[in-house]
Amino acid sequence: MKIVLKNIRKEGYLPGINSYMTQGGYEALKRALKTTPEEILSEIKKSKLVGRGGAAFPTGLKWEFTRKSRELPKYVVCNADEGEPGTFKDRFILEKDPHLLIEAMIICGFTIGAKDGFIYIRGEYFKAYDILQKAIDEAGTNNLLGRNILGSDFSFEIHLYRGAGAYVCGEETALLDSLEGKKGQSRVKPPFPTFAGFNNKPTVLNNVETFVNIPEIVLKGGEWFSQIGSPSSPGTKLYCLSGDVKAAGVYELPTDISLQDLIEKHGNGVCGRLKAVLPGGVSSNLLTSSDLNVKMDYSSIQQAGSMLGSAAVIVINDTHCMVNLAGRCIEFFDYESCGKCTPCREGIKRAREILTNIAQGKGELSDLALLKELQEVMFDTSRCGLGQSALNAVSSCLEKFYGEFKEHILKKKCKLGICSMGKDF
Amino acid sequence: MAEMINLTIDSYQVQVPKETTVFEAAKKVNINIPHLCYHEALSIYGACRVCVVEVEGRPRLEPSCATAVEEGMKVKTNTTRIRRARRMIVELLLANHPEDCLTCERNQICELRKLAYDLGIRELRFEKGRKYHYEPDLSSPAIIRDPNKCILCSRCIRVCLEIQSVGAIDFVNRGGKTQVLTFFNKGLNNVECTNCGQCILACPTGALREKTAVDEVWKAISNPKKFVIVQTAPAVRSAIGEEFGLPAGSLVTGKMAAALRRLSFDRIFDTQFGADLTIMEEAHELVERIKNKGVLPMITSCSPGWIKYIEHFFPDYLEHLSTCKSPQQMFGPIAKTYYAQKISVKPEDMYVVSIMPCTAKKFEAQLPEMNASGCQDVDAVLTTREAARMIKEAGIDFVNLPDEDFDKPLGISTGAGVIFGATGGVMEAALRTAYEVVTGKTLEEIKFEQVRGMEGLKEAEVNLNGLNLKVAVAHGLSNARILLEQVQKKESPYHFIEVMACPGGCLGGGGQPMPATLEIRKKRAASLYCEDEGKAIRKSHENPAVIALYKEFLGNPLSKKSHHLLHTTYTKRSRY
Repeated sequence: MKIVLKNIRKEGYLPGINSYMTQGGYEALKRALKTTPEEILSEIKKSKLVGRGGAAFPTGLKWEFTRKSRELPKYVVCNADEGEPGTFKDRFILEKDPHLLIEAMIICGFTIGAKDGFIYIRGEYFKAYDILQKAIDEAGTNNLLGRNILGSDFSFEIHLYRGAGAYVCGEETALLDSLEGKKGQSRVKPPFPTFAGFNNKPTVLNNVETFVNIPEIVLKGGEWFSQIGSPSSPGTKLYCLSGDVKAAGVYELPTDISLQDLIEKHGNGVCGRLKAVLPGGVSSNLLTSSDLNVKMDYSSIQQAGSMLGSAAVIVINDTHCMVNLAGRCIEFFDYESCGKCTPCREGIKRAREILTNIAQGKGELSDLALLKELQEVMFDTSRCGLGQSALNAVSSCLEKFYGEFKEHILKKKCKLGICSMGKDF
Repeated sequence: MAEMINLTIDSYQVQVPKETTVFEAAKKVNINIPHLCYHEALSIYGACRVCVVEVEGRPRLEPSCATAVEEGMKVKTNTTRIRRARRMIVELLLANHPEDCLTCERNQICELRKLAYDLGIRELRFEKGRKYHYEPDLSSPAIIRDPNKCILCSRCIRVCLEIQSVGAIDFVNRGGKTQVLTFFNKGLNNVECTNCGQCILACPTGALREKTAVDEVWKAISNPKKFVIVQTAPAVRSAIGEEFGLPAGSLVTGKMAAALRRLSFDRIFDTQFGADLTIMEEAHELVERIKNKGVLPMITSCSPGWIKYIEHFFPDYLEHLSTCKSPQQMFGPIAKTYYAQKISVKPEDMYVVSIMPCTAKKFEAQLPEMNASGCQDVDAVLTTREAARMIKEAGIDFVNLPDEDFDKPLGISTGAGVIFGATGGVMEAALRTAYEVVTGKTLEEIKFEQVRGMEGLKEAEVNLNGLNLKVAVAHGLSNARILLEQVQKKESPYHFIEVMACPGGCLGGGGQPMPATLEIRKKRAASLYCEDEGKAIRKSHENPAVIALYKEFLGNPLSKKSHHLLHTTYTKRSRY
């Protein structure tokens, strides 16, 4: 079952408009322009599609809020600031099938009544930027963007905007601030972007992967889509499989696939012995071998005590020290915290300090309780998802591999010989 | 009538207008939720996270300052979960804060220190010692910024941008390396900072403070060769009592004079004398400009924060400024010439100290052109806070002091001089004199209510012998900007504009006691108007000491000598 990779997986498929047209590209747009925004909205709601950026918010509802808002103008914004370590699915689409995204955004614009769309692309995605810009130009030349699209009354433009490399700009409100030319820092929510987004106007802000499901839903209907995968978050999902797995890569699979099948059947199994899995990148809690039956949809993973996030499935084998892993995760967040709110800015610094001490044999047992408390307070009080989840991986390392931390502290030794280098994280 | 919202805060039912925040609603039931980045006069920032509360049905704690009330909302402000979070957050701030409270300027009034105490933090569990050591910004003659004590609450940034529309400082860098800095870290003195010091008042910690002159003044006092004169600005007397635990707005003119005499100043004089003199010159200048079709509107020039602002932001409109020096800088050269001659002291042996509600006065005093007497006209400027510190250092029991008088002649002043300390006061004082100068008639109703009060912009019309004089008053530089933009567009309907850099006028100055809330500023204003009411003479041109000064020394207002001693020029400045 391929929805978002339906073209890419075809032999000889190229990112240009000709390839796309040959595969029936822009047919969904043509159909959409012949129907009404209400009908499209109704199909999307029926599809039960939820946002693929990580928050799993119902896409139909998001579009409906924006459509119903009386403020003008309205905007469509695509979050292509893919930055979670271990995530590389959006880049795959941007580089290989850019017209699918463009078509989806035009349909969104038509549905909510927007005239302008923005793609906020990660600063380091140089190749994707060029391909996407070329595709936008092609769409313009073919009257798929610009005034009176395909002879209709509807006009729409897409603007490509390059980020400057901050991970936090993947957070939707920080992205909007950055898009407005400000420093990328999260906003106070509510109001949500659907009511006050870009330039404080109603804005649909979706992830690349969320958007690219839209054309197929328009063509085949919401009912069809809702039957695929898990009933709670139907459809397919792009899983970014990486780490100690034999066949790493992007896999499009129905959301009811189990973690076991993902790793064994599609990833050809673990290199070495499985120790843990981060199912949603470094912001998520660890799963272990006892969780392998979990279905890879948002609610099932949440029930298992973690989160799917952007589905950066990182497989970890038993050659890794969990103190070191926790330290590596916190190092990332220390670099990427925007510095606005106290718990995130100061808490991450202190967590990094504590983990460094433990890794250098200078830790104390009381540090472990302090780390746990720090994680709970940061989760409870940080302004945005970055700070709220920054210590998730750390605290789950601690919870599930407590013995390793204790050993570092009491025996002043890293059994795997990874931490004993005296190196700072 | 605004739509009303019902909610429960702890066990209390509260009804508040729609769009009230939970933080404000809690005040209704006498709960002042602990906070750091919240500031009553500024926009909501929602970043310190100290004011978090539990809202039923929401997964995380919510910042009460940034959470709007909703119908039926159930809020808890004090649970184990909340207390733990607040403590942890403050502990995190302390883990990155210098442990020098004992010697810190803000020792007694630091909001962070108080919060740590109130929240019961008695132990620091995180590794001691700061990880960053930043260089303090010592470039400015008025304000010192020590980034090591900064907790990044953005109150200074917001007051500078929102209230003053200056924007001299902002955040740079990211995450743990975030700092508040000037443009390219050039230092406050090398950017568009107006030295107004509102950032000091807004700062919850010791990260911002005035550049102190206390030790220089002590040195001058103990130097037997120096004849040390002190002058005190009008706004000081309505606020300095707060430093000694007296209620806000206590009028302590007599105690202040008594305290200063006990500090061994040789003469206790009053900047209000300088204010009366300013009115003489400024009212005549206004009349001259109107008669001779000079540049209008004429704008007051008493506030050095305002002067630096217009020099940076509207450098092409400097001819609108009155050429009159400020009362402080009129007092200086008169003391060092007229008075020095009277008592046979050489100007270079005289040391003039001024006590000001203002930090920008420190900048003004050291300007190279402020040397009309042949040497620096005002040698040292102390803020109200610094003066209080000296009084405390000397062990003077301020509260129980008897009332004493200022010395003569430069301590003689009128009610018009007093009200200089409040927004609209210079305008009112000028109108009292200008009316009589132009019409030759006695002004019966001397109160100009329209220019009083805390409205950001005020205007009035006064009939002067057939001329309908239109005046406006602005305080807070963002309000001044509105009037200046009218001038820029050639749409200004006014003849005369008063601008004070600080909200409320000098009584809300950056050198005043903290806190300086709107309520406190109102009380200080009320006490100045009260002193005005009690004065026998309430018009500057009736001040006998000023009359004598013109008769014996200056001749007439705007005379050549006046121009030399009492008027100045301005400098075009760039933004950075």
